[in-house]
Amino acid sequence: VCFESSPTAGARSLSLRQEIMKWNGWGYSDSRFLFNKKGQAEFTGKRYRLSGLILPSLKDWFEGTFGANLQHRSPATPSLNLSAVAPPNLNQPFVEDLKAAGLAVSHDPEDRVFRAHGHCLHEVFALREGRIGRVPDMVVWPSCHSDVEKIVELACKHNVCLIPYGGGTSVSSALECPREETRSIVSLDTSQMSRILWIDEKNLTAHVEAGIIGQDLERQLNERGYCTGHEPDSMEFSSLGGWVATRASGMKKNIYGNIEDLVVHIKMVTPRGVIEKSCLGPRMSTGPDIHHFILGSEGTLGVVTEVTLKIRPIPEYQKYGSVVFPNFQQGVACLREVARQRCAPASIRLMDNEQFQFGEFCFSLILLNFFLLKNFCFKGFDPQHLCVATLLFEGDRGKVLQHEKQVYDIAAKFGGLAAGEDNGQRGYMLTFVIAYLRDLGMDYYVIGESFETSVPWDRVLDLCRNVKERIVRECKERGVQCPPLSTSRVTQTYDAGACVYFYFAFNYRGLSDPVHVYEQVEHAAREEILANGGSLSHHHGVGKLRKEWMKESVSGVGLGMLKSVKEYVDPQNIFGNRNLL
Amino acid sequence: MFSVFIQPRHPVLKKRDDFEDVLEERRRSSDLRYALRCYTPTLYKGLVPCKASMLKSIVLQSDHLQYVIKQVSSESGDSAECVAEEASLILDEMAHRLQLSTIRFFAFTLSKAFKRLFRSVCVNEEGIQRLQQAVQEHPVVLLPSHRSYMDFLMMSYLLYMCDLPLPVIAAGMDFMSMKFVGEMLRMSGAFFIRRSFGGDKLYWAVFSEYVKTMLRNGYAPVEFFLEGTRSRTCKSLTPKMGLLNIVMEPFFKGELFDVNLVPVSISYERILEESLYARELLGVPKPKESTSGLLKARRVLSEDYGSMHVYFGHPVSLRSLAEGKINRSQYNLLPRYIPQKPRVDTHEFLNDAAFRLVRIQEENMVLKPWVLIATLLLQNPDGLELSFLTEQTDWLRHLALAFGAFLDWPNHEACSEVVSCSLALHRHLLSVSAGHVQLNVTDAPQDETTPEEAVFHRAVVVLSCASYRNQILHVFLRPALLAVAMQSANSNRKDDVYNCFNFLRNMFSNEFILCPGDSVQDFEEACYLLMKRGVLQVLEHEIVMSASGHSTLAFLCSVLDPFLQGYQVVCRCLCEETNENLTEKEFIPAVRSFALKLILAGRLKCCEALSSDLQKNALAALLRLKAVRKVKVGDQVTLKVNKIAVNSLEDTLGGKIPTLKPILARL
Repeated sequence: VCFESSPTAGARSLSLRQEIMKWNGWGYSDSRFLFNKKGQAEFTGKRYRLSGLILPSLKDWFEGTFGANLQHRSPATPSLNLSAVAPPNLNQPFVEDLKAAGLAVSHDPEDRVFRAHGHCLHEVFALREGRIGRVPDMVVWPSCHSDVEKIVELACKHNVCLIPYGGGTSVSSALECPREETRSIVSLDTSQMSRILWIDEKNLTAHVEAGIIGQDLERQLNERGYCTGHEPDSMEFSSLGGWVATRASGMKKNIYGNIEDLVVHIKMVTPRGVIEKSCLGPRMSTGPDIHHFILGSEGTLGVVTEVTLKIRPIPEYQKYGSVVFPNFQQGVACLREVARQRCAPASIRLMDNEQFQFGEFCFSLILLNFFLLKNFCFKGFDPQHLCVATLLFEGDRGKVLQHEKQVYDIAAKFGGLAAGEDNGQRGYMLTFVIAYLRDLGMDYYVIGESFETSVPWDRVLDLCRNVKERIVRECKERGVQCPPLSTSRVTQTYDAGACVYFYFAFNYRGLSDPVHVYEQVEHAAREEILANGGSLSHHHGVGKLRKEWMKESVSGVGLGMLKSVKEYVDPQNIFGNRNLL
Repeated sequence: MFSVFIQPRHPVLKKRDDFEDVLEERRRSSDLRYALRCYTPTLYKGLVPCKASMLKSIVLQSDHLQYVIKQVSSESGDSAECVAEEASLILDEMAHRLQLSTIRFFAFTLSKAFKRLFRSVCVNEEGIQRLQQAVQEHPVVLLPSHRSYMDFLMMSYLLYMCDLPLPVIAAGMDFMSMKFVGEMLRMSGAFFIRRSFGGDKLYWAVFSEYVKTMLRNGYAPVEFFLEGTRSRTCKSLTPKMGLLNIVMEPFFKGELFDVNLVPVSISYERILEESLYARELLGVPKPKESTSGLLKARRVLSEDYGSMHVYFGHPVSLRSLAEGKINRSQYNLLPRYIPQKPRVDTHEFLNDAAFRLVRIQEENMVLKPWVLIATLLLQNPDGLELSFLTEQTDWLRHLALAFGAFLDWPNHEACSEVVSCSLALHRHLLSVSAGHVQLNVTDAPQDETTPEEAVFHRAVVVLSCASYRNQILHVFLRPALLAVAMQSANSNRKDDVYNCFNFLRNMFSNEFILCPGDSVQDFEEACYLLMKRGVLQVLEHEIVMSASGHSTLAFLCSVLDPFLQGYQVVCRCLCEETNENLTEKEFIPAVRSFALKLILAGRLKCCEALSSDLQKNALAALLRLKAVRKVKVGDQVTLKVNKIAVNSLEDTLGGKIPTLKPILARL
């Protein structure tokens, strides 16, 4: 990393995260799956509970499911080929002014490439092949709100394009530099704005700089006896500002709410100036909530710099749980009933049979106990149909136990049998390592991705079945040799519906353009979701990947309203990532 | 219009499967053992196992029906329980009670009956295999053509034979009045629907939910007749949309991933109901279905009905059919159990799909040599020499094949042999003497018959014969429309000819299966076929007849001639009608007696003008073209005739006004 920074910024280590993270895959460099010489799967590093463990049956599952073969490798380019990175198109007067203002900047190729992508399959696939497209021409690291104000002001003055960058975990092509952009593109990395500015214990709020990463925020609050309770699956790497900009959702939203329920105040710097509310009142009737112009704006209007969030005391007691259902229908019916009675635990998730088998076979996670399995089979559960719900309860001990009983009683009405705490906990652990698994697949000709939607309760089953089947059919039609992995799970419950997640992966040996096939299938799957009453996105956002459906999703007038806001706030299109609209 | 390049259809290149005679095996082994054999049908992969009795409670408990019950209850003031009770009674009246034992009974008796009636029952093996595949993947809807009562008995018989799941069949209520037989049919999978229940919301809800439930659960293939009723003329009928909409909705609403629509073409060398149909068309009311009537029909068992062909078409995926035409997200904003009238685009899609499916039925319908002979005999009312008839039949055979007809012509048999075999099978319609073949039209009438009865007698033979010719009309239809258009157009200019073609096509679109909106494609297809045959030369702006094309064009023109004449008679009748308040009911008798008068006066030769089917179709066309309006007066519907418009339509049909545009201007 080359620093072209002023002495003030030099005190901070600007690229700490970048140093310990993969440049062409998910997560930490030291943590990855691999098949060792004996053909057994291992998870390296020391960071996760799974780290250092041998997973003997992953190979069989992997080869069986995808028709893959450990002899057939498709390794990634080991390191970034710097010569593949186009030289930066710098706006010199802008750079001079930034430096004069004492801001940390860089046009080092590695810094630029690192901030040129999110984690869509096509983005990671290209990196692994060493293909580098348009990347930001430079990176700037503001360290506080007023730095951002300065940068935005200079960007307007010199007409450069700014792309805010938080945790880089986007899965909507939101960070991709628009090909048609001719101005100098500057990645505005918020990672140095990561302080908790104050905590108000009277009102239970915290005022936090938006660049803070989820796990750091939670850890620092925990040290003071508090938490936000906001735990998206990406919380190890995603940032507060990113959550606000994409309308993020956390695993425990049933207790703490989604990001829009958590924020009390937002400060955002736009080309027109700073937008914020004048007080910290818990709710207001002052016309349409201006927060809702910011939430989900995906970096098209400005940079979120500071956020006041609700905080809660750390819960006294946490308990995991799991329930096995004879089939997916019964599982969904149970979740629906839990939602109807409004007694959902902090988290409740339902995996379908394919995911259950995946957990079962690769990690021996669920139903470890042989006797337990026998017991289920005895009770008429068919291993080809049964599915598992994982649960997480939080609160004071007495209430948790009471709550737990209520939920298990409901489950019993739908044929659900309790399958233990450990299985539940392992299920949640899987969430954090599953993203690493995609990198392993890509070493052996297997590509995949997850996507999500939200849908009314009465359509959950039909949507899951139709989307899964559509994926299978589209793969077949496009020459994918082996049937793909096509699975779904219900990850959130609401009064009026649920959030559904799909995992989809296939073996691409024999395909000349696997990414194109992948994209066509994903496109078809999204069409199917929309045709079945699902939303365009529950929490991943629209980015550039799903832009084509925006008008259909929010109506022409709706889109026009959003466009006119953009037009007013940013007439020069300084925030030119071209997401959403 | 012609600059838009639409890829011409190539009906000739269609590849069809081979047939196997399923009776052959029946003639060799025990029918009883066959009826009692182990029956293990291939099942749908997503089958929700459920008994016929359970179906009823699923339907009655369904959100859809519960919603409609509440709605009807609040509209009528009856209690919900009362309405629910009514729904339950409707369902009892409707529901099938499929039982394997009844099927076995039918398997036995029908084996016996079919062997006596038919020389062979030929089925395309590959079609069965495709169906076996299709029933596993997605729920199946079987769409057979409908020419005879035999159709659905034969369908269930064949499916049982091939270890396919037995269908549930939508049948008209009229069967139910047949004591015992109605119940037998019910136990073999028939469910009964009233012929008309227009505004009855509750009835519609019970009925549609019943069908959808069976489809969604994969309970059994649903079978119904797109044409709605048996075609008395052996022409395909304009399809009905109601049931098609019902079976498609679960897909539109995302409740099913896909539905396989399987068109089935059933063709008979001799139709059991042949002369019954002809009498019915001439105004002798059809006997009410009764068991004793059926027993009398035993007489038919002693006759030879030749062979029968059943062709299972390629399953049509509803999903692919609807691709890009139906936006399924239109159903997102209303709970799915609330009934919704199909939107305009859905309606268009249904209409288009229905026509296409009937076209597939037509195209896969097997034609016997007799169909060609009947066509020739009708065109030559004075008869032909046998040798000339043979020659002509051979010529027509080649023409039909060139146009893509699915002709079952015996291999390695001399044409004369084939012709005389056909003549023998249909001898009751013919008279052959001294090498001269003629329709039995001049059959020496008994002394006491009135001239009216003589005409009537002749018409029965003509209409019976026409029902065979009609089977091949779909092959000649488009080229024939072009041939007539060329004759009546006032120039060879392509656009003039097209205008005439379009006028005729429009005029006859209640008579024949002409997919709406396919006008240009039909025209191009007709040009292509005739050009390939060397009849026409299609230049950039002109269509020119070739030197050798005359006989073909003349033949094609006379194919349409009875219809042109018939429609003109209808028009003239309406123009000359003095009763200002002619009711809809009086229409058919009025036209019939008008036509009869013309025939008796020697001014009309064409007996087909007496056919009520033709008359109804002509009226439907006139209503569609707004030359006639229906006006409701009290509880009567009267027909208001725009005589100027009808008159000019008549003149155009008669070729007296050659171009279309002046007429339109006058209209």
